[in-house]
Amino acid sequence: MATKLYIEAIHDALYDEMKRDGRVFVLGEDVGVRGGVFRVTSGLQEEFGEYRCLDFPLTESAIVGVAIGAAAAGMIPVAEIQFADFIMPAVNQIISEAAKMRYRSNNDWSSPIVVRAPYGGGVHGALYHSQSVEAIFAHVPGLKIVTPATPYDAKGLLKAAIRDPDPVLFFEHKKLYRSVKGEIPDEDYTVEIGRAHVARSGDDITVISYGYALHLVLEAAEELEKEGYTTQVVDLRTLRPLDTETILESARKTGKVLIVHEDNKVSGIGAEVSATIAEHALFDLDAPIARLAGPEVPAMPFNSVLEKAYMLSVDKVYEAMLKLAKF
Amino acid sequence: MPDIKMPQLGESVTEGTIGKWLKSVGDPVSKYEPIAEVITDKVTAEIPSDLDGVISELLIGEGDTVAVGTVICKIATEGDTNSDASKGASEVKGDDTDKDGSSSPVQGNHMMARPAESVKEDKAQVPPANAMHGSSLPRGRFSPAVLRLADEHGVNLNLLHGTGEGGRVTRRDVLTYAELHPNDGSMPEATMNSSIAANESMSQTPVSAQKSDNGNHVAGVHGGDDEWITPSPIRKTIAKRMVESKHTAPHAWTMVEADVTSLVNFRNTVKGDFKRKEGIDLTYLPFFIKAVAEALKRYPIMNASWVDEKIVMHHRINVSIAVATDDVLVVPVIQDADRLSVAGLAHSVNELAAKARSGRLSMSDVQGGTFTVNNTGAFGSVLSQPILNAPQAGILSVESIVKRPVVLQNDAIAVRSMVNLCLSLDHRVLDGWVAGQFLRAVRERLESFDLQTVLY
Repeated sequence: MATKLYIEAIHDALYDEMKRDGRVFVLGEDVGVRGGVFRVTSGLQEEFGEYRCLDFPLTESAIVGVAIGAAAAGMIPVAEIQFADFIMPAVNQIISEAAKMRYRSNNDWSSPIVVRAPYGGGVHGALYHSQSVEAIFAHVPGLKIVTPATPYDAKGLLKAAIRDPDPVLFFEHKKLYRSVKGEIPDEDYTVEIGRAHVARSGDDITVISYGYALHLVLEAAEELEKEGYTTQVVDLRTLRPLDTETILESARKTGKVLIVHEDNKVSGIGAEVSATIAEHALFDLDAPIARLAGPEVPAMPFNSVLEKAYMLSVDKVYEAMLKLAKF
Repeated sequence: MPDIKMPQLGESVTEGTIGKWLKSVGDPVSKYEPIAEVITDKVTAEIPSDLDGVISELLIGEGDTVAVGTVICKIATEGDTNSDASKGASEVKGDDTDKDGSSSPVQGNHMMARPAESVKEDKAQVPPANAMHGSSLPRGRFSPAVLRLADEHGVNLNLLHGTGEGGRVTRRDVLTYAELHPNDGSMPEATMNSSIAANESMSQTPVSAQKSDNGNHVAGVHGGDDEWITPSPIRKTIAKRMVESKHTAPHAWTMVEADVTSLVNFRNTVKGDFKRKEGIDLTYLPFFIKAVAEALKRYPIMNASWVDEKIVMHHRINVSIAVATDDVLVVPVIQDADRLSVAGLAHSVNELAAKARSGRLSMSDVQGGTFTVNNTGAFGSVLSQPILNAPQAGILSVESIVKRPVVLQNDAIAVRSMVNLCLSLDHRVLDGWVAGQFLRAVRERLESFDLQTVLY
């Protein structure tokens, strides 16, 4: 087994799938010659040629629109949005076209596209390069939303997304790209979309998280154990459809749930997870369901002090966890 | 509605146990009137009422331990009775709009500061003021999980000690309790059927632990001819201390007998006068304490403790005296006993014993003891083997003074008043030789009390 960076895991998934299936191709701004702004697609054009690794101008609506059209014609496109913040021009394509394709065609057509987008803050990207947009799409039936936290999951889930017959939005937290390493099997594998992962087992509290925040949670859980409290950590991995089974099982196990995500709290993923637990596991709850999220401000600041203040940290997560554990 | 809170009974004391409620719901109380007995590790004290009124709610069960500052009961004053209902309702409403209102977009972490709310908010018969505005969480409200588990296991939640924030009963507390008390049946059958109904009824009468005359809690379990008794908190503390002391300190034991005939004569001569002048009885105990204090002065190693693998020599001589009441054994301390006359000691002993029997000992009365004198003679014993009052290195039992024939130095046989002095010592600190020297010094001093002795 090789140890790889998160970004390498994504590159390898694209490479493997393009190799495996001639219908798979990538498109986006600078994905070809430059290999992507983060170098995720580097080398793909040399390997598979410019017809399977297409450079596009600054036209996000066209990138997704072309992908939807190509998919309708039998191709399997993987569109890259350079930063998730720029997905907005393509929202109409994604929500009004891709998400509804199967339903409006009475199951005759589907839209097997993947839209990859780096999201999240903490890399001095300022307000237009730091947003978390997952909750906007999580509201829409017909879309699958995946956001892996580890290299293993990143590779397995991207392969599963490419092989999925419906549109999948694949959000990669950019702080993970070169900061997280992990072992990846040499053989071909996929990770099932719609399955959460219990990243740590514990009895006192449950913390549900995803993406970069998950690593803060795991670190804080390590600290909390020194206080005598064990934490069950659930990595959602897929935000739509939610793995309600794992969520409810963990909530029932400890009776105390904290949901941690970088996106702001109001109408975020945490609200949906919280409501699900309240609906189905009320009589197992031993404390109010708690949420720790990004602050309620319109954008990530550029100033590094303010950016740090905006971001979640191990300390912030630890405090929230301790408070819940003691409740 | 004013709250009565758990008082801080000493500098280092963080919690207290309600030993016994002296008032019930509906009882009128006047200011300074005792409403409950509180037990800490060391003392039993009474909590006085801060004002005139009527007890409206007892929030803590007998035997339950809560942190200092926890609201333990509520008293309705005259002003409360008229506006109670409307006030309660407006507080529920006010709280909801204040804290959950959509006027502020930031729904911050104050969520966590609030207790789980009952589903039947408007029907729960718990004053909302208690739930929301108190510094600690209410005991009358439980999370859905706690209610369900209590229902399933038939646990009366008011018997539990909460380990959550502010003494809140957590899910784990219920499970642990249920595990330790299988088929406890502490929850009355009528209330076991519905958890919410149970909650409501318990909120009204949370004090359900019964108490027997000897101060122990009766669990109500009978097996044939036996009756099983759940010990009172102070009984548990005594048990724990005794086991700890026996386990940690290697006890050695030795005894001497002393001829106190002249002391008896002296005391018989002066006791009537003393009673008239001082207003208290002159017992033998002050003489024994005097003799012990003087002997401790001579053999200071006897006035020591074993603490953290070190011997602590105490410069002050603070003599603990064991005082037993019907159900409680306490050990108040005569500070600087070596500086007091026999009369001074008599007053100290009298005052501490009276305080102990009426449960009025304060923390300062029980702190700082360096050696214990145990008056087992008071109940007729002639021989005993006391357990050390840890971490003190020595404890001396003074047995009954008995008249018996004794062979004197000149080989004559005479009737003398004899007393046995039994010493238990921590063999880590002390050895037989020094213990023997010490006992000899005590005996010599006792035998030297005579008609020439000055009491003051």
